[in-house]
Parts: sequence; C-alpha cells; structure tokens
Amino acid sequence: MAAVREAPIFGVVGAVLWACRRDLKLAAQSRAELAVVLLFFLLVASLFPLAVSPDPNLLRAIAAGIAWVAALLATLLGLPRLFAADWADGTLEQILLAPAPLPALVAGKVLAHWLATGLPLVALSPLAGLQFGLPADAIGVLVASLALGTPILSWLGAVTAALTLGARGGASLLALLVLPLAVPVLIFGAGSVEAQVAGLGAGAHLSLLGAGLILAWVFGPFAAALAVRIAHE
Amino acid sequence: MTGSFLQFASPARFYPLAGRMIPWFGWASAVLAIAGLYVGFFVAPTDWQQGESYRIIFIHVPAAWMAMFIYLVMAFWCALSLVLNTRLSAMMAQALAPTGAMFAFVSLWTGAFWGRPTWGTYWVWDARLTSTLILLFLYLGFIALRAAIDDPRRADRATALLALVGVVNVPIIYFSVQWWNTLHQGATISMTAAPKMAATMLTAMLLMTFSAWFYSIAVALHRVRSVMIEREALTDWVGELRRAEGRQ
Repeated sequence: MAAVREAPIFGVVGAVLWACRRDLKLAAQSRAELAVVLLFFLLVASLFPLAVSPDPNLLRAIAAGIAWVAALLATLLGLPRLFAADWADGTLEQILLAPAPLPALVAGKVLAHWLATGLPLVALSPLAGLQFGLPADAIGVLVASLALGTPILSWLGAVTAALTLGARGGASLLALLVLPLAVPVLIFGAGSVEAQVAGLGAGAHLSLLGAGLILAWVFGPFAAALAVRIAHE
Repeated sequence: MTGSFLQFASPARFYPLAGRMIPWFGWASAVLAIAGLYVGFFVAPTDWQQGESYRIIFIHVPAAWMAMFIYLVMAFWCALSLVLNTRLSAMMAQALAPTGAMFAFVSLWTGAFWGRPTWGTYWVWDARLTSTLILLFLYLGFIALRAAIDDPRRADRATALLALVGVVNVPIIYFSVQWWNTLHQGATISMTAAPKMAATMLTAMLLMTFSAWFYSIAVALHRVRSVMIEREALTDWVGELRRAEGRQ
C-alpha cells in the first residue's frame, strides 16, 4: 500500500517494472509462504511412489506427468495471493486509479508472481526428475517445458484469480475454473518429456508451448486487466 | 428492418416474443424426435459390424454436437454482452449454460453405454471423450462462477470473460487431445465427402439433431424468461405482467 503513492511511473515498461519490483519486495517479506509452495510440489511428487508403486520402470514412465501435475497443483496454491491481499487492503483500487496503463501494471504483477513461484518450481524440477530416474536429456526437456509452460499457467490463473475476487468460496472455485483451462498446457508439457524419452524429440511439443507462451503474453495482460476491472465494479 | 428487430434486445419486448416462440420450437422438437426415433429404431437397418448397439448414435451424436455448438453460441452471447453491455445477451448465455452442460453429460453417458459393448470398456482416455469431459467442466465452472457472485451485473461480466477464455481453449483442447488419437472412430459425417452410412441412418440422425436443436432453443427461451422475471422483478414491465396475469 505504502509504495503506491511515492512511485514514479513512466510509460509501459516503467509500469511493468514498478509493479514487478513492488510485488517481489512483498514476496521477499513472506518467504515462508513461497517455501510452502515448493515443499508442496516435492511432497505431491513424493506421494506417487507411495500410492502407485516404487517400481523404477513404472515411475520413469509416469515421471513427466507427475512432475507436471505437481507443478500445476503447486501453482494453484500460490494463485489466490496474486490479487487477494491487494484487493482486501485497497491497493488494487489505487492501482486501477494509477496514471499508468492497467494491463502493464497487471503484467508486472504476473511477472513477479512467476519469478517468485514459477521460476523456483522450474529450478526444483530436476530434483523430481532425478527422484524418478529420468535420463539427463529428459530432465532437460522437463525443465524447458516447465519454463515455457508455467508462465502460461500464471496468466490463466491471473485472469481467473481476478474473476473470483469477492466471490463466495473463491479459492476452491479458482481450482474448478483454472484446471480445465490448464489441460492443453499439461498435455503438451508432459507430452514433450514423453516424446523425448520415446526418442521422437521434444521439438514439436516445445514449439507449441512456446506459441502458447507468446499468446498468453499478448492477450493475457488485457484479459487480466479486464478481469480486475470487473472485480472492482 | 434492423430497428424493428433490435427492439427485441429489450427484455420487456423479448419476453412476449419468446413466449410465442416456445410452443413452436417445443412441438417441432417433439415431432422430429418421434419421427427420428421411429426411423432410427424401426426403419434403419442393423449395423453389420456393431449389431443393434449402434442405435445409441441417434442420441449420442446429436448430444455431442449440441454440447460443442451451445458453448460456441454461449460464447457469442458473452462477447456481445462484454462489448455492447446488453442485458439480454448475458441472460441468454446464462440460460444456455445448463442445457449445454446437460448435453455434454448425455453425450458422455450414452458414449459410455455404447463403448461397453463395442470397445469392451465404459471409458477410455481418448481424445474425443476427454475433450467432452473438459467441456462439461467448463460449463460447470461457468455455472459455479455465476452462482458464487452476488451482484448479477458483475456475474454477467465475470462469466462472460471466463466463457471467452474457455472458448479460446476449446479448439486447443480438441486438437491437443487428438495427439493421443486412440479408440474413438473418426468423423463419419462430413460436409465435403459422400455419406459413409446408410441413408435411413443418416435421416434418423439428422431428424434427431434438429430435434435436439429445437429442444435447446425452446428450453433456453423458457429459461431466459425465468431469468428475466427474476432479475427484473422490480421493473415496471414485470409489475404490469404480474397485474395482467392476476386479472386472468
């Protein structure tokens, strides 16, 4: 809240950087919450060998799917904090009134959210890959697919998180809304690792994820800004 | 022409028009369903490969088509409501969602009963099946989001944006799951190729499709009338309507 008034905001890039820096500062103050997201990711991934079977061949076959589902659920866990706190203390209203373009400010917030939760997940994913005995090249593809895919999840999540602001049962509703929308990302993300393991090469899947990433960054800011406006009517 | 047509964008003018149209579409749907079921169950020949079980097609395929088509129509109304801020378009989208969800469910349900005798399983994680399941979840999310927001105008705009994000995803889901392409047969009916099925089968299926179409229109109009009365309960025209019906 405090940082809003003193900030000089110049143009689109300035607005993105300002909003990103502000949210990263806030994230740095609640490191425990971020650690929970990462622990949750590793915990979910560790549940599968216990629930399915410790058979290494089976685990290697389903490793990509497990890592992706765990990343999706962990992303979900961090989504409510994207707008909820700002909405509750009135900062979101100040952001709406700011002289900078709203899509740029929202883009900065989403960028910060990805840097604080998505990027650590990407960095942690080789650990999950090693746990399940993936070969090195497949781990590389897993990291690449998560690096391309998790920002798309952040954008889908940003739109729906803004839409559920003030709705009854917001957090659980958020899961119901985001998960069906995230299915294509999941399919191409997990599919890229499977294609690599099968010797087909992950290029096609990663290209599609990259295309999705570009689309998300082109349309995401406007959709999310509209969602924030709707939430604030 | 356009002026006289656009007047029906006002709920007060559309309400009586919808009331007059419902019986027409309702009866047309019933007649077509009876004709379609008769042709489908008594006239159409037994399939040489699948025996009698293929007759589920006469409900399954129209339901699957309607589930996808209604989502597109709903998204169209949502786009109109976001861009033009018209009340009636949002109400139409709200009225269509439960029917679309119903058809998605019917197509999954009948598909399971068709799959058991022909594939030996109720469910496979096949492209078509999975995309229909996700479509059902998109409908349910749409309905749940509306139910969770108290202010109806905010709910209109929020659900409209959700439906539009969803409609971008529908073709992506459809094509992405085709990558696993497994058990479900390919399209039998095509606009460009000659029909690959007996003429009577095709006739029955088209009769049932139009029946499902008219049913959806009748039910959506009926539901949109209820939505109008509920949401405009305090306006003059609903008050007049209430007085007029009280007198009868």
